[in-house]
Amino acid sequence: MNIIVVGLSHKTAGVEIREKVAFSPTQMEKPLHQVVDLPDITEAVIVSTCNRVEIYATTRDVAGGMARLKRFLAEYHNFPLETLEPHLYSYHGEDATRHVFRVASSLDSMVVGEPQILGQIKTSYGYAAEYRSSGIILNRFLHKAFSVAKRVRTETKIASSAVSVAFAAVELAKKIFGDLSDKTVLLIGAGEMCELAAKHFINVGVRGVMVTNRTYERAEKLAEEFDAKPIKFEDLFDQLHKADIILSSTGAPHFIIREKDMHEVLRRRKMKPMFFIDIAVPRDIDPKVNDVENIYLYTVDDLNGVVATNLEQRKIEAAKAEAIVEQEIGQFFKWLSSLEVTPTIVALRSHFDEIRKGELAKTLAGWKNLPPDAEKKLEALTNAYMNKLLHHPTSVLKKTEQGNRNDLYVDALRHLFDLETGAPQEGLMELED
Amino acid sequence: MNATLFYSTFVIYAVATILYLCFLVKPKDQLGSAARWSLYLGFLLHLGFTANRYLEAGHTPITNLHEALSFFSLSVVAVFILCERRYKVSILGSFVVPLALIILAVSAAFSSVIPPLNPALKSRWLVVHTVMAFLGYAAFAISFGTSIMYLIQSHFLKKRRLGSLFQKLPPLDILDEISYRCLTWGFPLLTFAIISGAIWAETAWGTYWSWDPKETWSLITWFIYAALLHGRLTTGWRGRKAAMLSIFGFVIMLFTFLGVNLFLPGLHSYK
Repeated sequence: MNIIVVGLSHKTAGVEIREKVAFSPTQMEKPLHQVVDLPDITEAVIVSTCNRVEIYATTRDVAGGMARLKRFLAEYHNFPLETLEPHLYSYHGEDATRHVFRVASSLDSMVVGEPQILGQIKTSYGYAAEYRSSGIILNRFLHKAFSVAKRVRTETKIASSAVSVAFAAVELAKKIFGDLSDKTVLLIGAGEMCELAAKHFINVGVRGVMVTNRTYERAEKLAEEFDAKPIKFEDLFDQLHKADIILSSTGAPHFIIREKDMHEVLRRRKMKPMFFIDIAVPRDIDPKVNDVENIYLYTVDDLNGVVATNLEQRKIEAAKAEAIVEQEIGQFFKWLSSLEVTPTIVALRSHFDEIRKGELAKTLAGWKNLPPDAEKKLEALTNAYMNKLLHHPTSVLKKTEQGNRNDLYVDALRHLFDLETGAPQEGLMELED
Repeated sequence: MNATLFYSTFVIYAVATILYLCFLVKPKDQLGSAARWSLYLGFLLHLGFTANRYLEAGHTPITNLHEALSFFSLSVVAVFILCERRYKVSILGSFVVPLALIILAVSAAFSSVIPPLNPALKSRWLVVHTVMAFLGYAAFAISFGTSIMYLIQSHFLKKRRLGSLFQKLPPLDILDEISYRCLTWGFPLLTFAIISGAIWAETAWGTYWSWDPKETWSLITWFIYAALLHGRLTTGWRGRKAAMLSIFGFVIMLFTFLGVNLFLPGLHSYK
């Protein structure tokens, strides 16, 4: 069984492509079921964040499986495959494992070491578990990724030296406004990234924070947390001119702020510059807003360029983290290869055969005056007995078309008969955190 | 003595310019202070040159183009030094000090012979009128420099090209603020220069205003800056628009200063 990954990230595609193929977190059941229903795909997990969209799956047919996932990604979003394909990467086997370990450990993040990605993958895995699209391999695969991420976080300083996108946003705001102490921040919508950025701004000392949300109660709740002023969503355009820095991350499928709205807003604030940070995918703010005089619009992608400090230290820590990843790949692969059917059957047979031979030898040793052909007959009897016992399980295992149940059986056999496996058994695994 | 002071000023300004340009490429603190101190030295030499000239001529040395340009350069450096001390933006020097150097170089192209003073200029108003005009011009020159920086910085931000030059240039609002402050100094200075000029004209030529080209173009310059300040205070002409208008105003101002003297004959054409 092979693990494959097909996807795109901030490294291969701009936000305008990523937002087209993003999956809505509230509707994961349909795509997950569609993926596992694809021929030759047995398990699937879909990770969709604002920086990446990835499908992890298991298959016997690596090339075919990858092609199917690519086509699925394009067709599901009604996006031409020819346009999408150049942005997609695909990995299998060891490379796929390395990839997920690196992603979970935040080594592949836009801002290396940022802490949110692990939570995002856990949530994605949660959906796959809930809708039963993941099975024994991906379960193990992702749990391993979580534990690797945990190791990386505790054993290296990568997270503490992380310069988050939020930090970058603050730096850029300083490049526009100079002094932030008389500036007001407005949060539109809620979201981890958005709140993190708001915290950074509060940290450096802004004059005030305003919060708005489609549901006013949520705005109020968040406002309480930040000591901010809640605003009704309907009043957004009445209040927008008071804000200098706007962080937007709503789940709206369309633009909330458009170019044509901005002229009036700017007039009311006497053309003072505004800094918009669009964290949402799909985007909340029409990219054309950036063309309006004195407005500067940045997406999370754009903020990347601001991050420059502490690079050397982060490189050292990243190297340590990569070493952990490599080490863990080996362990995971020992386990994965143990799930192969043929070696399992061989191991099972030799396990039985050893017992049979051992017992036979014991019996024969204590038996005097044996008839001349008795040894042969006993040999044949125990052999036949063993073969009969093993016949059905073996033939079930050899049926390859039964998909992920097969891996389950193999894994169970390894457990039940204590056949030699690679990785130490971790028993029932719980979702961490 | 005169020539020595002039050329040593020129050389030191050239050194300061090179240091400021290096500072733009490599913003090291030592480089910045080296540039600053060489500029201070150049400024002292320049003051010495101007004072020496005053003693030799017996009147304010702004009576021919050589002197006028030199005095313009001196004013630009003086206003820049004030701005740098106030706003701590050394990088502004990379844009303004070369300008001062160029103006000084141009002044060298005109005869430095002290002409016999035109009797019409023999007045106490000469100092008041010209010094105010040139300090105003210098303030507009600084506003011009910061406006160029503003346009560059705003371009980088819009295009999201956050390279090393972007990191070195000051924040947009600081540039906007300096530009605005310079206008609020430059505009009243220009206004008083025009008013004092009119009063002086009345005593010298018998009429407050005679629509001589210098007067006309001064008025045009005055209107441009008045419009800019008015737009800024009422409808908020800020940022790019204000920067572009300030650059435009400076170009017109240069014409008022140089073009009128060189190309349009009139009462002010002292060569």
